[in-house]
Amino acid sequence: MSLYQGVFKRDVHIAFKQKAELLQPLMFLLMVVTMFPLGVSPSPDTLQRIGPGVLWIAAILSSLMAMERMFRDDFQDGTMEQYVLSGMSLAGISAVKVCVHWLVSFIPMLVLSPLLAMFLNLTFDMYVALIATLLLGTPLLSLIGAIAVGLTVGLQKGGVLLALLLIPVFIPLLIFATSAVDSAALQLPYYPQLAIITAMLLLALAIAPFAIAYSLRVSQN
Amino acid sequence: MLKACELTCVKRDRVLFEDVSLAVNAGELLYVRGPNGAGKTSLLRILTGLSTPESGAVLFNGEDIADSSFSYLSTLLYLGHKSGTNGSLSAIDNLTFWLAQHQVNCEESQLFDALMRVGLVGLEDIPVRFLSAGQQRRVALARLWLKPADIWILDEPFTALDVKGIALLEERMKSHVERGGVVITTSHQPLSEAAGPHSVFDLEYRI
Repeated sequence: MSLYQGVFKRDVHIAFKQKAELLQPLMFLLMVVTMFPLGVSPSPDTLQRIGPGVLWIAAILSSLMAMERMFRDDFQDGTMEQYVLSGMSLAGISAVKVCVHWLVSFIPMLVLSPLLAMFLNLTFDMYVALIATLLLGTPLLSLIGAIAVGLTVGLQKGGVLLALLLIPVFIPLLIFATSAVDSAALQLPYYPQLAIITAMLLLALAIAPFAIAYSLRVSQN
Repeated sequence: MLKACELTCVKRDRVLFEDVSLAVNAGELLYVRGPNGAGKTSLLRILTGLSTPESGAVLFNGEDIADSSFSYLSTLLYLGHKSGTNGSLSAIDNLTFWLAQHQVNCEESQLFDALMRVGLVGLEDIPVRFLSAGQQRRVALARLWLKPADIWILDEPFTALDVKGIALLEERMKSHVERGGVVITTSHQPLSEAAGPHSVFDLEYRI
């Protein structure tokens, strides 16, 4: 177990050494959300109606920016080869790496979200629903994203391909997440949507580490 | 100790080599030679188990490495083209982490001793990306003094090293072989006499 703690500590340490890479997706998120009142309409009603969708789309796009970082450095500098040869479980290492990625890229986003909710004139109920969907949905983004990163990490320019692979996969999550926030706006219960997102998350938690390990092995071959 | 049976490697629909067999016993240094693109790196990666061959098998003490991977990995040390060190961590951090992952118990004094041998004294706290290419290679090579592995598979270990570094590494390979270890290495410059007696394995470039 302490082996995996070592991987965790090292990854957190490296993430905080590369502060620019941590901040860029957050700034991107902030700027995309800021553009909507300017570009679409600054009327509070319109913003409230499009708000949940805007926030979730911006969150998905900004997460794509940070996604590649998960395995890129380790793959390019040969650390991944040494992981494979260390005899540790690659699925375990993948799970730890996804966890670190979620902590360093999505927790700051959650912290920033009250500000964004204010920008888009979300009500308190909508905000609570938004936080709930982000808490359940963003780990799903990390887990599924990691599979695609594992597959594309061996390619030279995997960035755009990664977005093309992942955006269609994230559409169901987007639909249920925004529908939950919309229900909250109408004071309707939104547990069904949350339950479906949770189900997707649990399934991904069970399967993704092994799929990531496999995709990393394929890239290594 | 290590035996490869009729290995075939295909990369992007091109057969790199076919039915390659080789055997290395304890106390042998095998020098794999061949032009660019002949498949030296692919052969070494198959021998470590990082890649799987199209057909054929690699046997360690008579067992397929795909089956008995842990006992094989614990006695293997592979250094590839990529150094396996993270640029934003220092040499000490990189090596400490690597040793922990490979479950090697090592005291700090041993670590400093290895860094002294590869000539990195005073540079151990600097992030590796600020070191020169040769010094980065030396950080990776310090592992040869740290992990008690019998089988060394070194892919182009001399890249970026200066004359002294090459002599140091050849001497290290020689003493490892004399203690009964196995070294399999590739290089574009011939091994000098300092590396001790060695057998040569030629890979030909196929079209």
